[in-house]
Amino acid sequence: MSAAMERAPLTAPAAPDRVSLSQRLARRGLDVTTLLLMPALLFVLALFVYPALYGFWLSLHPMNANGVFGFGNYISFFSDRYVYGTIFTTLELAVPVTLVNIALSVPIALRVRHLRKQRLLTTILIIPVTLGTVLTAQGMLNFYGPLGWFNRILMTLHVIDAPVRLVHNFTGVFLSQIVSGFPFCFMLILSYVSGIDPSLEQAASMLGAGPAARFRHILLPLLGAGLAITFCLAFVQAFSVFPSAVLVGSPSGPTRVIAIAAYHAAYEQYDYSMGSAIAIIMGGVQIIVVAIVMKASAALYRGPAAGGKG
Amino acid sequence: MTISAKNFRELRLERMRRDFGGLNALKDISLTIKRGEFIALLGPSGCGKSTALNCLAGLLPLTGGSIWVDDNRIDHLKPEDRGFGMVFQNYALFPHMSLRKNIGFGLRMQKQPQAVIDAKVEEALALVRLTKQADKLPGQISGGQQQRVAIARAIVVEPPLVLMDEPLSNLDAKLRLEMRAEIRRIHNMIGCSTIYVTHDQDEALSLADRIVVLRDGEVRQVGTPQELYARPAHADVAEFMGYRNLLKAEAETEENGRLSMRVGTARIAGLAVEPGNGRDVIAALRPEDLTPSTDGPIAASVISAEYRGRDFYGLARTQDGMELWFRSDIPVQPGEALRLGAPAERVLVYPARAA
Repeated sequence: MSAAMERAPLTAPAAPDRVSLSQRLARRGLDVTTLLLMPALLFVLALFVYPALYGFWLSLHPMNANGVFGFGNYISFFSDRYVYGTIFTTLELAVPVTLVNIALSVPIALRVRHLRKQRLLTTILIIPVTLGTVLTAQGMLNFYGPLGWFNRILMTLHVIDAPVRLVHNFTGVFLSQIVSGFPFCFMLILSYVSGIDPSLEQAASMLGAGPAARFRHILLPLLGAGLAITFCLAFVQAFSVFPSAVLVGSPSGPTRVIAIAAYHAAYEQYDYSMGSAIAIIMGGVQIIVVAIVMKASAALYRGPAAGGKG
Repeated sequence: MTISAKNFRELRLERMRRDFGGLNALKDISLTIKRGEFIALLGPSGCGKSTALNCLAGLLPLTGGSIWVDDNRIDHLKPEDRGFGMVFQNYALFPHMSLRKNIGFGLRMQKQPQAVIDAKVEEALALVRLTKQADKLPGQISGGQQQRVAIARAIVVEPPLVLMDEPLSNLDAKLRLEMRAEIRRIHNMIGCSTIYVTHDQDEALSLADRIVVLRDGEVRQVGTPQELYARPAHADVAEFMGYRNLLKAEAETEENGRLSMRVGTARIAGLAVEPGNGRDVIAALRPEDLTPSTDGPIAASVISAEYRGRDFYGLARTQDGMELWFRSDIPVQPGEALRLGAPAERVLVYPARAA
């Protein structure tokens, strides 16, 4: 016994040195399978990280300073109300669009999850996504235009006397964003809603909770984290609106969104450096909003939405 | 302040019926349950017992019949307006709420003052012995503890009736025995009525005051555990209650309910339980009542035998190819020839079903 204890210190310190590099890496979760990450990593580096860094570098070398390093682009962006105002124009569009889409999706998803013909309905709802923004905008011009069916029907029914203006303004872009953004929101929220064990709601109703109380105390807290993520993804999508703002909006006025400003700088004024700066600002605003939402939702429950074992 | 069930005299099901499309899941179930009674709904899977429970809870609408609490008809009420407690098979604890909040949820929905909620939740936690875990989330406790939370949550609102849907089926054997005793203890303490769905006849026998045996959506028999154990009313109930040997027999003579019949080449005696007027009958007997003896009427040879501690249980085959489960106090070996017999009062005779 005592002999064994005396011998132990002699061998123990040597042991860590003998552990091979591959074993030490494996302890930190790095082994041969980690190499499978390489293609994806290269892809991200080449198609995302490099262009983003290059854009950032470009934006810091303003054209009017002959390519010398400086913050000229950012200073001129934030000193021209016509330009920096596009941030608020875009926010005014993107935030309500996202909120409306989520507000529409939640009740519909709650209904749809119990339907047997769920697949048919989801297929119908998915169609707008497959059409693309340009085709949707074309359709909207025909349908909601001054001589479109929508106005004609309302006028025939004597609901209105003169056509309502629904395109080439804020409303047009708003509607178009709803049409193209709703299916995305809906599908995401449907998957979150379907993940909630129906027996939880049954249990709540057995305990005396009516539909409103069940929504407030059971569904909403369990959906919270999912709604926050849906908000972030849908918001980022809506914030980068471009085609519909041009096609069904008024791109020089109320729907002059930030993407238009970037396009204008890069491809109409040929100031690629300024265009990059606006794109970087656009990304910055998106990151700030996402960070705020994520921070605010950090306290929400994010475990499994099932009622127990079995 | 003690948790005790609200006052009522009885719960009545009158020709309760539930169809799914063309399928009759429940066929005219009628039953009266007294206050404080513990009822087990027993039946094989697919017999309609969970459907019956969901109809009582209000989670499934009836397609016929009515449900009454004393003189109030309740089958048109939503689950939240019935005020029954329910323990779900998967417990259905709210995963985002602490045990305390889970248990207090029903009281909160009743808009009770916070002081009342706190006091009753504390009492319920003590009742199911989970006071120390009160602030954990359901995901942080074991299955048996989750089970106890589910029970506490259901009874803390003092419901007249507690519905339990196979609440022990997700627990291991030892825990199941412990929880069985716990459920009965809590039931006795708060004095509610309990309807307990199970497919396990041991659970039903040990817990219930009365057992309702369901099969294919119909009530086959209602009785005390003793009645069901000793005198199943029908051959299928007998089979379900542990009468593993169902022998085709031919009735010969009957005298005061005591029937003499021929099973293959052997002649045995039994009690006629269900009246029938055919010569073809079924003799039901438990393995524990069929034992080897020198004057046993049935000759058979042992196929297999298993040691059960106190005695042996075995399977034997007669010359006619009939297989019989039996019990023996002495060791038996496969291949051994035996003579098996059972006391007449333990052989129950039912008319054979028209095939």
